[in-house]
Amino acid sequence: MTWDWLPTYFPLLLHGLYLTLVLLVTSLVIGFALAVPIGLAQVTGPWPLKMLAKGFCTFIRGTPLLIQLWLLYYGVGSLFPGIPGIRDSFLWPVLKEGFYYAILAFSLSFAGYEGEVMRGAFLGVPRGELEAARAFGMSPWKVLTRVWFPRAVRQVLPTLAGETISQLKSTPLAYTITVMDLMGATTKIRQGTYLTYEPLLFLALVYVILTFFITRAFNYVEGLVPNKR
Amino acid sequence: MVTVLIFAAAPISDLLSYGDKGYADEFIWGAVSTLQISTLSYAFGIALGLLGAIGKLSGGKYTRMLLGGYTTLVRAIPELVLILLLYYAGTDGLNTLLVSIGLGPIKVNGLVAAVFVLGFVQGAYSTEVLRAAIQAVPVGQIEAAKAYGMSNFLQFRRVTLPAMLPYAIPGLANLWLNITKDSALIAVVGYTELASATRIAAGGSKLYLTFYLLAAFMYLAISLVSTQLFGWLERRVRRGQRIVA
Repeated sequence: MTWDWLPTYFPLLLHGLYLTLVLLVTSLVIGFALAVPIGLAQVTGPWPLKMLAKGFCTFIRGTPLLIQLWLLYYGVGSLFPGIPGIRDSFLWPVLKEGFYYAILAFSLSFAGYEGEVMRGAFLGVPRGELEAARAFGMSPWKVLTRVWFPRAVRQVLPTLAGETISQLKSTPLAYTITVMDLMGATTKIRQGTYLTYEPLLFLALVYVILTFFITRAFNYVEGLVPNKR
Repeated sequence: MVTVLIFAAAPISDLLSYGDKGYADEFIWGAVSTLQISTLSYAFGIALGLLGAIGKLSGGKYTRMLLGGYTTLVRAIPELVLILLLYYAGTDGLNTLLVSIGLGPIKVNGLVAAVFVLGFVQGAYSTEVLRAAIQAVPVGQIEAAKAYGMSNFLQFRRVTLPAMLPYAIPGLANLWLNITKDSALIAVVGYTELASATRIAAGGSKLYLTFYLLAAFMYLAISLVSTQLFGWLERRVRRGQRIVA
């Protein structure tokens, strides 16, 4: 085992860690923001929206994330160069960068899985509470923001830690579309040093540590939220 | 996008044909290969999981510590990293071992390596599913079996196994859906299955969107059919169970 490459490549790994965390946090935030309307549409939407949300969740949950990622990056990405003048437009730096495709793919994936969880959570709020809110004369929007949504979120909180760890474990796929995240940095180190295991073992250790901290952080947050029934 | 699809419309029947010109045969073999890898590593994973669950429930202190480490580590490290690590370390370690006992190095069969790696990962998740299912079986039933003088094996086959299946099937169904999707990760180490066949077809024809969409719908078809089959299986193992309203 040789570890003398570690100081040389440390800045690369640090930047990789930064990109991994940006991928994780951004896709969680965007994904959750999409999951709420997707879950709600499945519970109470008009039928075209309901079908659309259901179809989206089925597609995301039924296909591998790797294929979704390649579908967006290679598939949809291959259409853009055909549009005249796009290379000179301000959008081009975004459209040619694998990083943004990774964010899009991971966000949509999280929205698909979490949308299904939110559907269950919205359904799990007792009817009587919603009826009581309506009886108070709350508008449908107010029922949603004051009662339905806060109660549903409280229900998904315990599952959110596991979902976050799953999402962290999906981020290394981004290296297949040229993103220099932790995995991309490790691949570069392996190519530069001709070492097979050491960089991968180090990478595994980093993920274990990240998982540990995510678990701790969620335990802390759950402790803050009162859990009375 | 419309123009691309129209331009693609002319040669697409050729591209989807069987034989040298088209990619239909590569696609079908890719799908068959995906199902093959998934089935074999699923079976291997369940076998590991059953041993793991029994070890966790009735093993000694060190067995339980070892198994705890296995399930915790495998579930904390991304599948992709584990696959790369085990794929290279596994084949390399085997060759080092073979050379050290005087046999020459061998070329490890890609299928065997893929099944071993995916099955090892799957085993950790199976362990947890099966452990929970066995624990859900009422203790009285197992004690009754013991009181009848059943041997350990008979007790497992006649009482524990049929009683735990209703609790295990939903979790095992999820694991099957996961393995069909995780098998796509094997494309990264270069083994030919549906995902890597798609990459070859898409790169060769330049019809990236068409082929990746086609692959996505093939995976979707596998998932939907599997969901139906597991639904049927669950109803079967639950037959005779009291319906809780």
